[in-house]
Amino acid sequence: MYQINGYLEASTISEAIDYLNKNDNAQIIAGGTDVLIKTRERKGGYVDRDLVGIMRIPELKGIKIDAEGNIVIGATSSFTEVEENEIIKSNIPSLCTAVGSVGGPQIRNMGTIGGNVANGATSADSASTLFALDTIVRIASKEGIREVPIEEFYLGPGKVALNKGEILTSFVILKKNYKGFKGDYIKYSHRKAMDIATLGCSVMIKINGQIIEELKIAYGVAGPTPVRAKGAEEYGVGKEISQEVLNEIGEMCLKDTSARDSWRASKAFREQLIRELPKRAINNAIGGGFNA
Amino acid sequence: MENTAIGKSQIRWDAVAKVTGRANYTGDIPQKEMYHGKIYRAKIAHGMVKSIDVSEALKVPGVIKVLTPDDVSSYSFPTAGHPYSLDPKLSDKADRKILTRHIRLYGDEIAAVIAKTELAAEEALGKIKVEYEEYEFYLTPEESLKEGALEIHEGTKNIIADTTAEIGDLETGFKEADILIEHDCYTPTVQHCQMENQIAYAYKDVDGRWVCVTSTQIPHICRRILGQAFGMPWGRFRVIKPFVGGGFGNKQDVTIEPMVVAMSMAVGGKPVMLDLHREEVFACTRVRHAISYKMKFGFKNDGRIVAGDILAISNNGAYASHGHAVVAKGGGMVTALYKVPNFKYHAMTVYTNIAAAGAMRGYGVPQISYAIETFMDTAARKLGIDPFDLRKINMTKAMEENPLLHMTQYTMGLRECIEQGKERFQWEKRVEEVAAAKKAGKLRGLGFAAFAYTSGTYPKGLEAAGCRLVLNQDGSIKMMVGATEIGQGSDTVFRQMVAETVGVPVDMVYADQVTDTDTSPFDTGAYASRQTFVSGMAVKKAAEELKEKILLAALEFAEEGQEAETVDLDVKDCKVIKKSDGSLYTELGDLALKTYYHLNKGICLTADVSNKCIQNAYPYGGTFVDLEVDKVTGKVKIYNILNIHDSGVIINPLMASGQVEGGMTMGISYALDEELRYDSSTGKPLNNNLLDYKMPTMMDVPDLMVDFVEIPDPIGPYGNKSLGEPPNCSPAPAIRNAIADAIGVDINAIPITPQKIIEVLNAKDKEV
Repeated sequence: MYQINGYLEASTISEAIDYLNKNDNAQIIAGGTDVLIKTRERKGGYVDRDLVGIMRIPELKGIKIDAEGNIVIGATSSFTEVEENEIIKSNIPSLCTAVGSVGGPQIRNMGTIGGNVANGATSADSASTLFALDTIVRIASKEGIREVPIEEFYLGPGKVALNKGEILTSFVILKKNYKGFKGDYIKYSHRKAMDIATLGCSVMIKINGQIIEELKIAYGVAGPTPVRAKGAEEYGVGKEISQEVLNEIGEMCLKDTSARDSWRASKAFREQLIRELPKRAINNAIGGGFNA
Repeated sequence: MENTAIGKSQIRWDAVAKVTGRANYTGDIPQKEMYHGKIYRAKIAHGMVKSIDVSEALKVPGVIKVLTPDDVSSYSFPTAGHPYSLDPKLSDKADRKILTRHIRLYGDEIAAVIAKTELAAEEALGKIKVEYEEYEFYLTPEESLKEGALEIHEGTKNIIADTTAEIGDLETGFKEADILIEHDCYTPTVQHCQMENQIAYAYKDVDGRWVCVTSTQIPHICRRILGQAFGMPWGRFRVIKPFVGGGFGNKQDVTIEPMVVAMSMAVGGKPVMLDLHREEVFACTRVRHAISYKMKFGFKNDGRIVAGDILAISNNGAYASHGHAVVAKGGGMVTALYKVPNFKYHAMTVYTNIAAAGAMRGYGVPQISYAIETFMDTAARKLGIDPFDLRKINMTKAMEENPLLHMTQYTMGLRECIEQGKERFQWEKRVEEVAAAKKAGKLRGLGFAAFAYTSGTYPKGLEAAGCRLVLNQDGSIKMMVGATEIGQGSDTVFRQMVAETVGVPVDMVYADQVTDTDTSPFDTGAYASRQTFVSGMAVKKAAEELKEKILLAALEFAEEGQEAETVDLDVKDCKVIKKSDGSLYTELGDLALKTYYHLNKGICLTADVSNKCIQNAYPYGGTFVDLEVDKVTGKVKIYNILNIHDSGVIINPLMASGQVEGGMTMGISYALDEELRYDSSTGKPLNNNLLDYKMPTMMDVPDLMVDFVEIPDPIGPYGNKSLGEPPNCSPAPAIRNAIADAIGVDINAIPITPQKIIEVLNAKDKEV
C-alpha cells in the first residue's frame, strides 16, 4: 500500500521546478520503480510525500544526436526506449546491454535512465556505462541549466548532486567519448533477470591493431558509488593487448575500488570478480581471443 | 480394451480461465463493506511483551479496532494439516495461539488492526508501541540444545521429538563391514514461494455460522482447526476454497485462518480480509526444515551395505507445525531405496527462533535424498565402484516389504529408470564429452541421484477420500470431490478417471470451482502426493457405482423386446451399448432424461462414496545431470538434465511433464540458489523478499528433459503411483554429485552458491 499525500502531473520543466521550489514536501517521481518501492516499504522520507510526476514533460523525453555529434538522452527515456533506440544501438551497444539487464520487461518499460542515476545507487545498471562514457549530467533549475560530470554527480550512497528545485533533464555523451570505441557491460548477479548486480563492470576501449589507444573501466557495487578504475586505465593505454596485460589490468582495478563484506557477498569474492570482469568485458568488446 | 481418457494428454479445464484472468481467487471475490486486517509483528526474535500501547493506532482515521492477546480466543491449537487423530498421543502439538505475548520468532504475532482500508491498517501498525523483555535467541539446533539454553516452549528442553528406528543390530553390521564410510551434510531452510500469498477473509453468515474463504490446501482440516482455535463445535465453521495459486505445502497448514475469523468476530461478523505481504509469507508462515545429517555406513568390498547409521537433526523453528513427521519420514525412504540389513535412523526435531518449518513439497525427502545420494556418490568413489552399480547392488526389489514402513511394494522401477534414463540422457556419450572437456581444463562433471517416495501417508496417517457423482439430465456428469485443486490439476485428472470408468468423453464431466466444507465430500486435502492415488480410489469407486446404476436403469427403461443382461451392457462415448455386438442399446442422454422425468419410475442417478485407502505404493526415479563450473566466477551452467520417473501409469502425460518440470526447477534451485537467511545479531530474516531470496527466473532454468517408466502398479486405482512431490527429490544431490565430479571436491552443504564454490576452489589451490 502506498501512502502518498498528493500528486502533481507536471507538463513542463518550469512547472515542475516551481512546485519543487515552493513545496518542501515535494518528491519527483518518474517511472516509480524506485520511489514506489520505497513508499510501499514505508522507508523514511517516502511516506506522505507530494509526488511530482515528470513523465509527461516532452523536453525530458527522446534520444538524439546534436550538431556536434554528441548523443543526448532525455532523462525520462525508459530502459526499453534506450535499449531499442537506433542511435544507441549503433553507437553505444554496451549501453543497450546495460539497460537491458535491469529487472524484467515490466520494470524496463517503466523505469527511466534518469531515475536510475538520480536514485544514487551504486548498483544502478546504467551508471557504470555512463561513467565509462564520461557522461555529462544536465540539470535544470530556475537559474537555468548546469552541467556536471557524472563522476561528480554521485556524492555517496543514495546521495546525488541535485539541489532543491533541480531536475535532472538529460545525459550528454560527447562524440569523442563514444566514437571509435567498443564496449561491453557485464552484470554479475545471481540470476539472469529480476536481480540486482553483485558487481557490474563496463568498459569502453579504443584499439589500433592490438594497441590500446584509450580505455575506460567503470564499476557498480565496487564501492559506495559507481567508480572508475583510472589506475588500470592509465596502465592499459599504449599497451599491446595480451593475456598478461589483461591480467594486470584486472589486478590494478583493485586499487581504485573498495569492495565490502556483506551478507550478500564477501569482499574476497567481489574482489575476484573485480579482477575478472574487466578482462572478460574487454575480451567481449574486442571480439574475443583471450582466455578471460 | 484401449483406454479412452487415462493416459491421454488433456488440457486442464481451468487453464483458459486462469491465463485470461477470469478465474476467481480469494482476493477476487467481492464482499460488501469489507474491512482489512493487518498483523503487528514482533521486532525481536525471542522474549516477552511487557506492554502494548495501541492508543495512537486507534486515532488513525479508518481504524475500527486494534486487537491484543487479551481480545482474542486464547485456546492453544495445532496448525499442521494432518487428519485429526483419535489417539491423543499422536495428535499434533497444540503450541500456537492467535496472538501471543511470548515472542518466539522475529515477526511473531502480537496485535492486529482492523480498518476500513488496507492503508489505514498499515498506518496504524506504525503507531503501535510495544515494550519487550528480550531473551537470548537461537537460530540453529546446536544453539537451542546447548547446555543452559532457554526453553522456547516450556517443558520441552527445545526438543519436539527424538526417535530411533532400528533394523537388525548396528554393531554386528559394522563388524561385518570391510570398509566404514562417514559423511556429513546439510540442507538449508528454504521456502515454497507459491505464487499466491496466504490470503483469507471471514464473516458471519446469515445462519449464524462463521465462514472463512481461504487459499488453502486443506479445507476440511482447516475447519477442524478453527473449531479447536475457538473451542467451538466444528460444524459452526464453514471453509470455502476458491481457485488457489499454489501451495507446495505452505498452505497445508493453518497459518492465517484463525486470525481472520478472530478479526471478524471482533467486529460483529462483518467481513474482514487478511492478505499477507510476500515479506510476511517468507518470515512468518512456513519453511522447509533445515536438516543436518551425520552418517556412517559399513560396506563389504563388493559394495554391499551391511550397516547404516544416520543421525538427522531437524530445525523446526519456533512452532511445532508438522514437527517430527518430516524428518521421521526419511528413515523409511532410505530403506525403500536400499537394503540396509542393520540400520539405525536416529532423528531429532528441535525448536529454534526461526520461521516454523512445516510441510513443503517432498516432506523431508529432498533432505534425506540429498543425504543418502550424496553419500552413495562419495561411497562409490571410495569403494572404486561405478555409482550406478553401487546402487543396483543395494537397491530393493518389487514384492519386498519395507522393513520400517511395513508395506509391501508391488512394483519398483528404479533399475528400469536407470537403464532407460542412461539411454535417453546419452550417458556414455556425455562421459566422453566430459572427459574431453576436463582434458581441455574445464570444470565439467556428471552426476546422478535416485529417490524413493510414497503415495499418500498410510500407514502413518489416515487416508480417506470422498467423491459424489450425479448423472445430469443430458447424460453429462457432475463431479464433486473433497480433494483439493490448488493448481496441480487434480480435478482434471479426476475428470479423466470418471470419463474412463463411466464411458463418457472427458468434457462431459464437470468439476467444481470451489471446495466447500458444507457441500464437498470429506477428503483431507492436497498433500503427500496423495490425490491421484488416494482420492483417485474414491473417484473410481464412485464412477463404478454410477456406471452400474446406469446399466441397471438401462434395463429398467428398456423398450419392449429390447432384451439384455447387465453383463452384456457397457457405456461407451455416452451410449449404452451391447458388448456382444457393439450395437446401440440407448443413448445415455435419453436414459438420463427418463430417470429424471418418467412419471412413475426411475430415480436420479447418483453415487456418493467415501473410501479409506489402507495401502501405499512407492514411486521411484532419479536425475541425470551434466554441468560446468566457471572456475573464476563460480557460476554453474547446466547443459543437460533429465528426470525419469517410475510413477506407474501416467494418467495425463502433458500435466505430468509440467509437474516434473516444476519439481526439477525447485530441485535445481535447492541445490544452487535458495536459502532463507537470518541476521545472527538480531534474529531478523535477511532476505525475506524475492529480490534477495534467489529463486530462479525462467531465464535461469535450463532446458529440462522428462521421461517416464510406466510399470502399472496393482494398488493404484489406474495403475498409477504418486508424482506430485517426487520430481524435486533428486535434482539437488545429482547436481552436487556433478559439481563434485567437476571440481574434485565434495561440497556437502547446499545451496552450492558461486561464492561457496570459489571459496572451496581457492582453498584447494592453496593446499596445492
